[in-house]
Amino acid sequence: MFHTAASPIVLVDLAILSLLVATALVMIRVRRLFAVVMLSGVYSLLSAAFFVSLDAVDVAFTEAAVGAGISTALMLGGMLLTARREKEMTSNRQGVALAMVVVVGAALFYASFDLPAFGDPQSPVNAGVGIDYVERTPNEIGLPNIVTAVLASYRGYDTLGETLVVFTAGVAVMLLLGFGSARGGLAVKDPDAIEAADDADATPAAEPAAAPQPQRGEG
Amino acid sequence: MAGHHILRIVTKILFAPILLFALYVQFHGDYGPGGGFQAGVIFAVAFILHTLVFGVEETRKIVPEGVLRVAMVIGVLLYAGTGVATMMLGAPYLGYDVIVPESDHHAGQHYGILIVEFGVGVAVASTMMMIFFKFVGREPDIKDADW
Repeated sequence: MFHTAASPIVLVDLAILSLLVATALVMIRVRRLFAVVMLSGVYSLLSAAFFVSLDAVDVAFTEAAVGAGISTALMLGGMLLTARREKEMTSNRQGVALAMVVVVGAALFYASFDLPAFGDPQSPVNAGVGIDYVERTPNEIGLPNIVTAVLASYRGYDTLGETLVVFTAGVAVMLLLGFGSARGGLAVKDPDAIEAADDADATPAAEPAAAPQPQRGEG
Repeated sequence: MAGHHILRIVTKILFAPILLFALYVQFHGDYGPGGGFQAGVIFAVAFILHTLVFGVEETRKIVPEGVLRVAMVIGVLLYAGTGVATMMLGAPYLGYDVIVPESDHHAGQHYGILIVEFGVGVAVASTMMMIFFKFVGREPDIKDADW
């Protein structure tokens, strides 16, 4: 096994990992979804700090920008479309869930014994294709940042696929949420659809819901 | 958020530096950490901050959704089109070396990676803004008490 001496960095790692666990536990306990979203941002930022201490700055950068930045904002936007508070759990299935978590957690814990030690030069990542990229990039690409060389040149197809995934996600959101007025999805221009909605509403009190919502005027 | 003077002023101060940082991350990805994905997200975050403080109608005046739709497609086409262009020049798909074949310091790779990363940045930035607009555009402005 590969051993590292205890150093200040280990203390930093321990502190970050403890904070990660604490954040996750608080996220489970809190019922206000606004707090949960904010805590998930905190969780991502802590992960980014941990990646920095592992010398994976590109991954840390992505985690900070995507995890802590944009997904927090998107989760807030999604939260506005639903309730502000999580419902209380009914207790009849909690036992099953706990058993599942314990079994999966034990399996992961058991599997972690087979992981190579951090920085092990004999691990497949460091001995195989990784070292190949490190050796070839200066001769074949000439970029100082090997991550970019792998991402955009050696693995250019993969990155094209990732870009298409992002594009597809955007198109899917446009198709799901894009119709209706800019404010509120109820403004239906088609008179048949309004009539159908009128017929569906038996109670007169619900009538305004079927009328087209006026677009907010440009201030 | 009419009354939040500090938030509005801080947003106005931060808006341009965030965009500048996104451009730095975009075009410095060859030399340091970063690249198209991160730059696109940071670029979008500037406009999302603007939306959070000034409201979605104000931000739509700066970046209309029609522009975002076109930008999403342009970003993907920049990437995929680079591959088609290298094929036209007789190299494999995304074989950048053919762009400047006589270079002895891999200039073709540099140009190819720069173009491709720019396509990623444009696609990611416009898609993220589009998704956010679609989410927040469905609800009326949130009162401060609702949080």
